Amino acid sequence: MNKSYKIEVDCANCAAKMEDAAKNTEGVANATVSFMAQKMKVEFVEGADEKAVMKNVLKACKKVEPDCEIEF
Amino acid sequence: MTKKQKKVLIRIIIAFVLLIVLKFMPISGWVAFALYMIPYFIIGYDILRKAILGIVHGEVFDENFLMAVATVGAICLGDYSEGVAVMLFYQIGELFQSYAVGKSRKNISALMDIRPDYANIEVDGKLEQVDPDDIAVGSIIVVQPGEKVPIDGKVIEGSSTLNTSALTGESVPRDVSEGDEIISGCVNMTGLLKIQTTKAFGESTVSKILDLVENSSMKKSRSENFISKFAKIYTPAVCYGAVALAILPPLVRMFFLQMEPAWSDWVFRALTFLVISCPCALVISIPMSFFGGIGGASKCGILVKGSNYLEALSETSYVVFDKTGTLTEGVFKVNKVFPETEKIAEEYLLTIAALAESYSSHPISKSLKEACTKELNTEQVTDIEEIAGHGVTAKINGREAAVGNAKLMQKLRITYTECKEPGTIVYVALENEFIGSILIADVTKKNAKSAISSLKQNGVKKTIMLTGDNKKVADAVGKELGLDEIHSELLPADKVSLVEKYLDEKDAKAKLAFVGDGINDAPVLTRADIGIAMGAMGSDAAIEAADVVLMDDDPAKIALAIRISRKCIRIVYQNIVFALVIKGLCLLLGALGIANMWAAIFADVGVMVIAVLNAMRALNTKKTG
Repeated sequence: MNKSYKIEVDCANCAAKMEDAAKNTEGVANATVSFMAQKMKVEFVEGADEKAVMKNVLKACKKVEPDCEIEF
Repeated sequence: MTKKQKKVLIRIIIAFVLLIVLKFMPISGWVAFALYMIPYFIIGYDILRKAILGIVHGEVFDENFLMAVATVGAICLGDYSEGVAVMLFYQIGELFQSYAVGKSRKNISALMDIRPDYANIEVDGKLEQVDPDDIAVGSIIVVQPGEKVPIDGKVIEGSSTLNTSALTGESVPRDVSEGDEIISGCVNMTGLLKIQTTKAFGESTVSKILDLVENSSMKKSRSENFISKFAKIYTPAVCYGAVALAILPPLVRMFFLQMEPAWSDWVFRALTFLVISCPCALVISIPMSFFGGIGGASKCGILVKGSNYLEALSETSYVVFDKTGTLTEGVFKVNKVFPETEKIAEEYLLTIAALAESYSSHPISKSLKEACTKELNTEQVTDIEEIAGHGVTAKINGREAAVGNAKLMQKLRITYTECKEPGTIVYVALENEFIGSILIADVTKKNAKSAISSLKQNGVKKTIMLTGDNKKVADAVGKELGLDEIHSELLPADKVSLVEKYLDEKDAKAKLAFVGDGINDAPVLTRADIGIAMGAMGSDAAIEAADVVLMDDDPAKIALAIRISRKCIRIVYQNIVFALVIKGLCLLLGALGIANMWAAIFADVGVMVIAVLNAMRALNTKKTG
């Protein structure tokens, strides 16, 4: 399953860090962040619970960039 | 300005005023420290918070940490005002940069803003605006002049002129009337249109294009990946460098040179070093340049599906074309008329042929009729007889006419002059006497020849044409357009294997682009380094199979796309080199103690702003030159 989320992040470097953080979250097969489009695209592992995974993604992202937001 | 930015601006102003006031107050010692802490925390609390959170989370080497260490360091050394000022200027820089980046992003996004916000439906004689997502297939929507067509459909009432420039980059308007297919994303210019939708909003052209453009920045280029990898090594390396700079020289001075260690001087240099080192200018300017390039291209009706394809496009040195529909119009038209004697007018010859064929539904008769400028009076045609595989005979005003191929002439024992041009030849005889021949062929596109030559000018090494058509026609078209290699009489599978052969032969750096019209060449489009589909307005298959989509079917856009990509890549390299050189220079000067904190802030924020401004140039695309 693939889904795209609107995000809020201020700097490009932070966006890159968020991408790494999201990639390493359990239940996420792959993730890309576009700073320019302010979007995060997440590919979920088969059978993963989207809401639960995204909660952890947000938590992981907050760790690397406290100011970021993900709408889900 | 966003709310966040306004808040920062207010903090900057307060801190700045306080700093000026404190500068003129005769204070020292602990009192000074306490008072300076007020503006310091006003301006820097979020940075300090993030720095601490970073340390807690094990994310030590980010710019917040660098700034916190630098300013706390300055304060520990007793230079309170410097500490506050550095934080203040860092925030000014950040604000400026976030404003510039936000503005640029908006500029680029505005270019791609073809999203329709609503659709009108008629309820009890009144128009109501609804979300296009809620419109079912087959519903009837109303598009008023000045509005965007929200959903693909068919015109059932009204006629108007459409502006397609948002989709194709072409400013020539398109006329539509009842019964015509209409594509979402066009702007209705003159008349009221009633449209029956044929697709859901999510499946409409405009949604597909928006999706494509929005996701394009997700496919990252080599340079982008290089920079993010580089940043991961660079930041810790600079931090260790700074630590070394703070500790090693004083130790060397103390133990080897028997000099004063001058700790504070070296620590300060190390702090400056840290401020300079922020990798943000690099990290932002690269994706921004690509975004600008993709935006500029889409303004011209060229949709690029990702930064990686834009990068590949700039390295194109082989361009392989499909013939029909790509270099040629793909429709059969009267190409040339050859009257047998000078006394016979071309128009007369055409009219005879068209009249004789007037009751036929054969594509050839269609093109003959289209070539006639005058209305045909079909009442004068009698005794029509179709001879399968040969042509027709008919009486026109009582005179016997024969129109068909060479076999028909031989059958009727009419002596004719053979026409050697490539294409389909129609021979015309009247009262058993040959009066001339007409050449019907697929005509080359108006811009095809100049498109090929401008590819050459832009450094494309080889242009190749592949076609399923016969050798005679293919060679003629290839020669006319000036292509380097021509392969004819190919089956779709042959096209794939030929492209694979070229892919094997070329060196790895040179890229091969395949240009097709998206109809049954999807396998080749995917196999080539860059698949370019043209004439994609309304063709979903092409949009999906290709990496680059030309919205109209002008082959000259290929050279334009290559030029845009080259400019974009040039800007990317300029930014990489510029940022690295300035940073490197400032790092060196900082280490030597020549560059102070102010130069350091410039190296951080100034370089970034210049790089962002440079990146914005990628947005400007010249159509010619």
